[in-house]
Amino acid sequence: MTGVQKTGQAPEETGRTPGTSSATPAKSVESAKQGARRSYTLIAGCVLAGLIVLLAAVSFVWLPYAPDDTSGTRLAAPGAGHLLGTDKLGRDLFTQLMTGSRIAVEAGLGSVLTAALIGVSLGVLSAFALGWLDDTLAAFLDILIAFPTLLLAMLIVAARSATLGSAVLAIGLAQSAVVARLVRILVKRVLAQDYITAARTSGTSWPRVVAGHVLPNIWPTLVVNLALQFGLAVLAEASLSYLGLGAPPPNASWGRMLQEAQATFTTAPAGALAPGVLLVLLVIGVNLIADGLRDTLDPTARRRRA
Amino acid sequence: MTLLDIRDLTIRTADGRVLVDRLSLTVSPGERLGLIGESGSGKSLTTLAVLGLLPEGMTATGSVELAGTQIVEASEKQLNGVRGRDAAIVFQEPLTALDPLMRVGRQLAEPLRRRRGLRGTELKRAVTQALEQVRLPEPGRIARAFPHQISGGQRQRAALALALACEPKLLIADEPTTALDVSVQAEMLDLVDTLVREREMAVLFVSHDLAVVARITDRAVVMKDGRAVERGDVREIVRHPRQEYTKALVGSARRLESALDVRSAR
Repeated sequence: MTGVQKTGQAPEETGRTPGTSSATPAKSVESAKQGARRSYTLIAGCVLAGLIVLLAAVSFVWLPYAPDDTSGTRLAAPGAGHLLGTDKLGRDLFTQLMTGSRIAVEAGLGSVLTAALIGVSLGVLSAFALGWLDDTLAAFLDILIAFPTLLLAMLIVAARSATLGSAVLAIGLAQSAVVARLVRILVKRVLAQDYITAARTSGTSWPRVVAGHVLPNIWPTLVVNLALQFGLAVLAEASLSYLGLGAPPPNASWGRMLQEAQATFTTAPAGALAPGVLLVLLVIGVNLIADGLRDTLDPTARRRRA
Repeated sequence: MTLLDIRDLTIRTADGRVLVDRLSLTVSPGERLGLIGESGSGKSLTTLAVLGLLPEGMTATGSVELAGTQIVEASEKQLNGVRGRDAAIVFQEPLTALDPLMRVGRQLAEPLRRRRGLRGTELKRAVTQALEQVRLPEPGRIARAFPHQISGGQRQRAALALALACEPKLLIADEPTTALDVSVQAEMLDLVDTLVREREMAVLFVSHDLAVVARITDRAVVMKDGRAVERGDVREIVRHPRQEYTKALVGSARRLESALDVRSAR
């Protein structure tokens, strides 16, 4: 029985052992090349998302018109005065897109930060929890996942008011359950590894094991998931604003722009198309970033492809 | 004085199954004891119980005294004091015994810093020394490498260096050569043998392979289904196994040995 195991292992071992010392520089060059080729995805994602972030950043210092300036012709076509035309109140569409991108990025960042903070703490806690605490946490997370984000948002808006903060809190809370479940599974898997036991046999305390070995090992998977959550959060915020549960006027959110342009879509499609396209670009951008990160963050993944 | 004194150790799962049954054994300072048995006989659990590292849900009763500290029902804080200083473990699988995302040098530096209070260049030198001790070529390169960038044999040596870093009084080797191919296996055994002799360290060597155990240890305990079924001088056990079970183990070791001889003769 052991003979089979040994012979099965032998070719791989002997195949690798002699070449290791001399092959390493070549291998690292190779993996660098791999990393560079792979990160085209990352670059493309950064360009797309960066475009929106740039738009958002510029909106703080310069806007073509004031956000509440209704002096333009109503539903003007795209042209010289107004790059993308105006909405039914005569407000400049491009101005609204710029302030909207600010809201989108803020919503994404805020939600993901909230989700990461609550999700990682709850996830690590529940991975270590035993008995009734484990059951309670698992049940709590299940309920939070099953709870409709929309209803959660309505409750929070009712308790506070319709602000960007309320929307971010609702989205972040809903996402934190997903993150917590992921973290719980990842941490449990890492804790079962020999290197954790090995670290503990040398007397490393639990907090040090978590900080030194567990978190770094779940980080690549976690950060990719958080990037995906960012995209979802942007979409969720647009949906909430569409329903009037997001940032209040005069802050133009892409979701509310879509809602306002809905009635005039056939006569002035730019009002709905513009925020829709930017929404798609931002979400594709962060998804590409997530993809690129997955490939560049994990040093063992680089080898597996090579 | 004994270094490790296990008396009537019983390990149960959460649902009450008995995995190790009233096991007793002792290891004196500098002594080498083999623990032999098939997989599932409770060897590895016994070694984990020595450091209070039983998996979730399992409970140990009886007495495990390691260098004067009672391990059964000791607090986590007490255990952290004992672990590494009094005993350390080398595991079977070199691929999983090292953190895949941490450079080998950094993993070694951690116990060195904590136990010996080394910092900066001193720490760096100690890491290099630790890697040299286990006869690793180019210790500088290996210290900078991730575990997947070095071979299985090198990884296992690094894991051995990790276990030795705290200078434990007792080295627990849990099938440290099983995952290695035969030629690397022999080197590894010689290395363990030399290092342990140099340091006058005691060894608890766990294996299903009688030939491997006979090479390292003098005395051995044969385990089956969580119980010690035979104990005594290793050579004596190999030559005159008393139990049917031990005879079967010796027999299978012989068959493997001769199969290997036939192959190498070709």
